[in-house]
Amino acid sequence: MVPGAWYLALAAALFCIGAVGLLVRRNVLVMFMCVELMLNAVNLTFVTFARMLDDIGGQSAVFFVLVVAAAEVVVGLGIIVSIFRRRAGATADDISLLKG
Amino acid sequence: MIDWVVFAVAAVATLSGALGVVLSTHPVHAALMLVLTLFSVAVLFVAQQAHFLAAVQVIVYAGAIVVLFLFVIMLLGVDKSEDLAAEPIKGQRPVAIVAGLCVLSAVLLLARSDWVSGARSTAGTLGDGHDNVALLARSLFTRYLLAFEVTSVLLVIAVVGAVVLVRRSGTMPDALGEMEP
Repeated sequence: MVPGAWYLALAAALFCIGAVGLLVRRNVLVMFMCVELMLNAVNLTFVTFARMLDDIGGQSAVFFVLVVAAAEVVVGLGIIVSIFRRRAGATADDISLLKG
Repeated sequence: MIDWVVFAVAAVATLSGALGVVLSTHPVHAALMLVLTLFSVAVLFVAQQAHFLAAVQVIVYAGAIVVLFLFVIMLLGVDKSEDLAAEPIKGQRPVAIVAGLCVLSAVLLLARSDWVSGARSTAGTLGDGHDNVALLARSLFTRYLLAFEVTSVLLVIAVVGAVVLVRRSGTMPDALGEMEP
């Protein structure tokens, strides 16, 4: 079986790609997908630790992360829809109403 | 041997899908690349005997969340290509990439000593991998029962919140009415 360190390194790389994408991209939908990438990296880490420590708790944590991710996507896309309804073609830079 | 091949293929698919999400100019392409990443993460779950989570990953993430993304993209008509060369804030991209590489190298450097320490099997053992669903269910419905019940409350709140957010203003004032320019 592949050692867990390889999985953890892969998860770290996936997390960093997601984080850089979140910082670099201006399209709100793509930024949201990058958040999903980061959540998946964390899920992979949880499952790997569950295997390395022979502990079912890690897999239970992934289950809760999945539920929270689903709720987050529903609310986030709701916010995006209601923003797009008001102003067409909004990027993250256009939504600056709260800027001081 | 075969597990290394599976890991290598899934790892390459995961990383190329992730890079595709970040680098594709078209939101629909980004969503499809996201499906590639999610599927290969599910493969990595199977390779580590998390069978139930792999199934849930495919059903919930690839089946529901990505479809929701595609629905929103199509519904809003934002499926236009985006000019990636335009940089809204000067010097933001190099700084973001350097920050990402710093985090990655910090994690990998820390990993040289020891990835894993701590108590083993505190929440129950994984077994031999044949009864993953039963073990996970036992853990969820005994040790994590309260958290499991709270997730149902969370889902109800999310559904109600989404409905309130996107409903057109009728008798009740719109939730985002103050944002009207």
